[in-house]
Amino acid sequence: MKSILPHVATLVLALSLAACSSGPQPQPQAENYPEPVFTPKRLLPPDHADLTAVYDPWQGLNKRIYVFNYHFDQAVFLPVVRGYEAAVPSVGRTGVSNFFNNFEDMLTALNSALQLRPEKFLQSTGRVIVNSTVGLFGLVDVASEMEIPRPMEDFGQTLGHWGVGQGPYVVIPFLGPSNVRDGLGKIPDAYVQSTVKSDVLSEPLDLTTTILYPIDTRANTSFRYFENGSAFEYQMVRWLYSTKRELDVNQ
Amino acid sequence: MIAPETHVTIPKTTQQLFAGFYALLFASLTFATVISKEDYGYPITDRFAATVVGTPENYAAQLPQNIPFRQRSITIFPERVTPDVFFYGSKLLYSVALQDRKAPLIFLIAGTGASHNGSKNVNMARAFYQAGFHVVSISSPTFNNFVIAASQTGVVGHAEKDAEDIYRVFEMIWAELKTDIEVTSFNVTGYSLGGFNAAFVSKLDEERQTFNFERVLLINPPVSLYNSISLLDRMVDNIPGGVDNFDRFVDRLIHAYTTTYQESTVAAGDDFLYRAYRALDLKDEELAALIGTSFRISSSSLVFTSDVMADYGYIKPKGLPLDRYSDLTLYNEMSLRLGFTDYYHEFFYPYYSGDYPEEMRDQFIAAISLRSIEDYLRNSTKSP
Repeated sequence: MKSILPHVATLVLALSLAACSSGPQPQPQAENYPEPVFTPKRLLPPDHADLTAVYDPWQGLNKRIYVFNYHFDQAVFLPVVRGYEAAVPSVGRTGVSNFFNNFEDMLTALNSALQLRPEKFLQSTGRVIVNSTVGLFGLVDVASEMEIPRPMEDFGQTLGHWGVGQGPYVVIPFLGPSNVRDGLGKIPDAYVQSTVKSDVLSEPLDLTTTILYPIDTRANTSFRYFENGSAFEYQMVRWLYSTKRELDVNQ
Repeated sequence: MIAPETHVTIPKTTQQLFAGFYALLFASLTFATVISKEDYGYPITDRFAATVVGTPENYAAQLPQNIPFRQRSITIFPERVTPDVFFYGSKLLYSVALQDRKAPLIFLIAGTGASHNGSKNVNMARAFYQAGFHVVSISSPTFNNFVIAASQTGVVGHAEKDAEDIYRVFEMIWAELKTDIEVTSFNVTGYSLGGFNAAFVSKLDEERQTFNFERVLLINPPVSLYNSISLLDRMVDNIPGGVDNFDRFVDRLIHAYTTTYQESTVAAGDDFLYRAYRALDLKDEELAALIGTSFRISSSSLVFTSDVMADYGYIKPKGLPLDRYSDLTLYNEMSLRLGFTDYYHEFFYPYYSGDYPEEMRDQFIAAISLRSIEDYLRNSTKSP
């Protein structure tokens, strides 16, 4: 048992391919109903730019996965997280988070190297060295105490850095918003992480941390589906995600 | 937006960035009236900045971080068939923080577009819980979930009808709570629009007498709702190039925000906003634009929700069904270009006017004001 992440990544690929073949669903047509007070014609300038546009040709499938993720979150993810928070004291959970952050720092170091960015490479490498030794295998975040900055680079950003566009927007089952580039980028990241992890950890520990990883990630994510008050959550999330990733790459 | 227990030191996911950015956008929603007192003693003198930033940590009250603030849900209209596009909103979400002994109870009503677990209500809950109250926190009647699950008509912004909706919610929540807790008195408070709502809820309670509120606290309420929202509507005009450049303006904000975010090692709280604000170095017009943008995003969502719930035919054709998978992009685009004042003139008034002739429109809308219950407020002994 290595990690479930590569399998998830494979699933993404499969879904991306499946999405290609799913055509638009028949929808009731607005023009068959009485005109509203404000029509698009009255309100939108003729050459108006879509204010929150994102390339999303597979929206039909994406929305279905988004709704699935919401149900999964309610039925499985959040109850598990609540159990985790009840069972493990705060100091323990911080240790777990630090442990995984240390692996993320390692990936950042790797991706900074691939992007030929010495400053970020040195910062993240420094963090990994300090936290893996003085920080007791990453359980204590000594590097942040020492105020070593924490850059974040993943393989999606590396691809972006070398000119690969985001591609179509994709909602990944269980994981949430992404796009083809970043979704594919998760595969090498997850592979490296799980390989290193199973090299340094005994098998029971490797398995335990593999189970803990998604729980820890969810516990540290304050986002709750459909609770932010927006009637347009799908669009807002899509737009914020894409904008954020674009900025991440340019930074 | 800010969860009651955010104690992560380093935010690590994009979704947290959303939370933080939403917090920045929605931080401004307490804005209702401009305080004219020169010597208020507040550390940030710029009124726009103070609105956006909130209280810097050094000046904030010492409140307990861990209170038993728990989310619950309740069905208000069992018969209601929720439109599929809002399938997630059929139950009203609210929060409680209950004492384990006999205590006074206080209801908290959130401000415009804010939720029961937004940062303002959570902070108030901490303060009142520390002071020994049972706390029941509800979302604003202008919050999407409230409109879907708890508004009788779906068309909100009506002083008396919103008060009736809130009162019904209070009664039903109390019916569930009363087997678990003992209460010595009932009290109600709210900030901004929530303060406005609290005044009318208090007035309604004089007739209904379910609670006989002992104390009613109105925190920074707007006197005239319409005046306040006109002011907020106009702030969008401060977006450089107008609303059609909304995306570029927000892009710039997000960019600056992300920079601060990546350099920061603290959780996205009020202090983070303060630092983000310092880093952004926004001009007054830009701050006004930010406040206006925040309000616009919130009101666009509200207006669309009301339109669907009442099936009025405001921007969505009347009768057109939308489901959970429908593409709402066009409605999002349209509603971002409509002010809340448009809603009052073209939707709210025609919906409620009934016998009122068209000439009455301005008086009708102007009457949504604390002045309409001035005598009651003057003579009431319920202010703390």
